[in-house]
Amino acid sequence: MTIPAISVSGLRKAYKDKTVLDGVDFDVHAGTVFCLLGPNGAGKTTTVNVLTTLVQADGGTVRVAGHDLATDAKAVRAAIGVTGQFAAVDELLTGRENLQLMVDLNRRVAGGGARIVTDLLDRFELTASADEPTATYSGGMRRKLDLAMTLVGDPRIIFLDEPTTGLDPRSRRTMWSIVRDLVADGATIFLTTQYLEEADQLANRLAVLDQGRLVAQGTPEELKRLIPGTHVRLRFSTAAELDAAAGIFPEATRDDDALALRVPADGGTKSLRALLDRLDEHSLSAEECSVRTPDLDDVFLALTGHATEVDTK
Amino acid sequence: MSAQSHSLVMLRRNLKHLTRNPTSVFNAVLMPIIIMLMFVYMFGDAFSVGMDYIDYATPGLILLAVCYGLGATATAVNSDMTKGIINRFKAMDVSRGAVLTGHVVTSVLTNVIAIAALVGVAFLLGFSPEAGLTDWLAVGGVVVLLAFAAGWFTVALGLSAKSPETAGMAAVPLVMLPFFSSAIVPAEKMGPGLRQFAEYQPFTPIIETVRGLLDSAPDTTDAAVAVAWCVAIALVGYLWARSAFTKRA
Repeated sequence: MTIPAISVSGLRKAYKDKTVLDGVDFDVHAGTVFCLLGPNGAGKTTTVNVLTTLVQADGGTVRVAGHDLATDAKAVRAAIGVTGQFAAVDELLTGRENLQLMVDLNRRVAGGGARIVTDLLDRFELTASADEPTATYSGGMRRKLDLAMTLVGDPRIIFLDEPTTGLDPRSRRTMWSIVRDLVADGATIFLTTQYLEEADQLANRLAVLDQGRLVAQGTPEELKRLIPGTHVRLRFSTAAELDAAAGIFPEATRDDDALALRVPADGGTKSLRALLDRLDEHSLSAEECSVRTPDLDDVFLALTGHATEVDTK
Repeated sequence: MSAQSHSLVMLRRNLKHLTRNPTSVFNAVLMPIIIMLMFVYMFGDAFSVGMDYIDYATPGLILLAVCYGLGATATAVNSDMTKGIINRFKAMDVSRGAVLTGHVVTSVLTNVIAIAALVGVAFLLGFSPEAGLTDWLAVGGVVVLLAFAAGWFTVALGLSAKSPETAGMAAVPLVMLPFFSSAIVPAEKMGPGLRQFAEYQPFTPIIETVRGLLDSAPDTTDAAVAVAWCVAIALVGYLWARSAFTKRA
């Protein structure tokens, strides 16, 4: 049996009398992407802060890279790389100097620091602006530099706290492909996100965090089975039409109050055309037709029975 | 890699900051000189201190120069904290004290530059101390000790403040403190209440020690009290900074 890269059990953390983490358990296997999914205020960043030795837990045991967090934080720090929620780059230094700073501080880097810096600049497409102060960088460039800084010293376990929040779709895709490359190289990734799509794209396993508790965990496929899949929602003008339509789509679920029918579909044009053709064959027409892909809200509604807003108690 | 070399890396980073952001250095160096010109030329004749005013005021202005540099230190430390740079270092296998030591050493260096410039201008204005070489060395010692103590205290302030702006504000009382000491006028000339405050606050014995040394007639009681104050401030600052550094994430 292999030792998990990260193993967390009974993790608890409270700030004053506000409980942030209330008994969290999970394992992350080496060489996989584990994704912690949750809305703002669910406790994602607190989890990252505890796992990366920034904040002390109130209870529970955590082992990272085989080292106990409580007794051997130094060994944990030596094994991990962390990219926080906000790009922590030194704005008065250039991109190259930022990376050089990481090289100078890294005990794992024995020699060839300049080479490491050049390679990382190259890999993250930052060479052209390497000698400009990072204050002039765009948000996407900062995130990339931030991640490049984290990779100095080749950490085997990498924490990414909402790495794509606030990025445009193109930068988000770049970030995803970087994460995939890292995993292909054998790294373990612990990722937090608010986006279901991101978790679906990257994660081998994911866990859903809600008000300090894990409400579900498993592979993306397992979780998707728990929530309503992609479907077409058809709304009719009369109950008779709804009855007729429900008759021709036995797999659909109906919402009598809204006179609506939810027909499972994959979201592609082919299945949509087939669906519309069948309506046509029976001379039925819907008042309104919309294709819905589940998002974090649906997950939360399905798993917790409430929407993603954080309760203010 | 040892703690010492991590501190050197941090120091190099902070020095680079100073060269990229010269406004803070200008503030730290120029403001005390401007204040000196103001007091010596505008008010100097109005105060009867029993000696040449420039000779009376220079020791106090040296301390004022130490305090003026602190605002920039507090702001720099706080921006490292609030921008997540300190968290980045904390999650790395970096010696715990290196980040803070780097800031303290930079603060002391800025102070030394500011004081050197100030004393240079004082000599141009006719400053003529009695002090010999050993006295000057002792002055240097006291000033660096104060800069070091105030540096740790300011780093702690910077770590605890909510934002760089409030960090800068938090250092203002430190800048004002020398005015309510014997720096500008002797404490005996102040009104009741203020006089007692001026007599017992930490800057007065430190200023009197420096003044004594520059007159080549140091008062050992003042010196002992001055050193005790510096050690106490350094210790409180250091412990506060360490605890704020560990707790805040």
